[in-house]
Amino acid sequence: MKATVTVMLKSGVLDPQGEAVKSALGSLGFDGVAGVRQGKVIELDLAQGTTQADVTAMCEKLLANTVIESYRVEMHP
Amino acid sequence: MKAAVLVFPGSNCDRDLAVAFRAAGFETQMIWHKDAALPAGIDIVGVPGGFSYGDYLRCGAIAAQSPIMQAVGAHAARGGYVLGICNGFQVLCETRILPGALMRNAGLKFVCRPQKLRVETTDSLFTNGYAQGAEITIPIAHHDGNYVADPETLAQLTAEDRVAFRYLGNPNGAVDDIAGVLSANRRVLGLMPHPERAMEPAHGSADGAVMFQSLAQALVAA
Repeated sequence: MKATVTVMLKSGVLDPQGEAVKSALGSLGFDGVAGVRQGKVIELDLAQGTTQADVTAMCEKLLANTVIESYRVEMHP
Repeated sequence: MKAAVLVFPGSNCDRDLAVAFRAAGFETQMIWHKDAALPAGIDIVGVPGGFSYGDYLRCGAIAAQSPIMQAVGAHAARGGYVLGICNGFQVLCETRILPGALMRNAGLKFVCRPQKLRVETTDSLFTNGYAQGAEITIPIAHHDGNYVADPETLAQLTAEDRVAFRYLGNPNGAVDDIAGVLSANRRVLGLMPHPERAMEPAHGSADGAVMFQSLAQALVAA
C-alpha cells in the first residue's frame, strides 16, 4: 500500500515561489499562464494495516502546517 | 537564575545565545534535543537560530517533534519563560506554543542586515527595558521570516497587545510588519531578529543586550 500526500499553501496565502515561477514562464514567452501555485508531494510506502486515517493524522501532526497549508491524501493499493 | 539553550542538529546561534545569557548573569546550560527533560530550576529556555534539521520539510517542523520540545511545551504551560529567536521562533510556531507561521520571504531572497524595529509593547520581561515606541536596531538573517496568521489571530494579537516588535521597512512581507509576538501569558517571546547579535557597540548595536538585562533583573528578583 502506498499513499501520496499533496501539500499546498492554502488559497489566499501568498505563494512567492509560485509567483516567481509564473513570472519566469512569462519571460520565456509562455503567456497562457494565469497563475502558479507551488506545493510538495510526499510519497509514503505504508506498512501492512496502515489506514487513510493514520495518514491523515500524519498530515495533521507533521506533514502539513495547517495554519498555512492544506493537504490531500490519495491511497494506492 | 538559570537558562537552558537548546541545541538541535543544524543550530548555529546556540553558542551566541549562551554568551548573551551568561553576559546578563544567567547560569546557562546547553541542552541536546534528544533529552526528554529540562534540568531542574530552569527559569528560561532559549530556542536558538540556525537551520535545525537542515530546514527539511518546513523550517522548524522536525525540531518541533523532538523530545526536548515536549519538555519545553510543559515548561511554557506551567508559566516558564521561553525566548525563540529566528529558527527558534519558527520552532515555537510549529509546536503551536506561539500562533501563526513563518513563510518564505516575499522577495524570495535571504535577507541579512541590521534592521530597524519599533518596540510595540513594554508589557513583558523581554521588552520592559525599552521605551514604548523606541526604535532599535537588531540584525536579521533569514530566508523564511514572513509572518502570517489568520485575521482572527491577528485581531487577537493586537487586542491583547501581544505584538512585541514591528519592522520599520518590512524586509520579508510579514503581515502587519510583525517581527515578534508574545504568548497569551506574555512569558514566551518569538522573534525573527537576533538580539544576541546586538550585545555590545562592537557588534554595531547593543540594543539586544537590553532584553537580556531586563530579563535578568526581573528573574533575579523573582
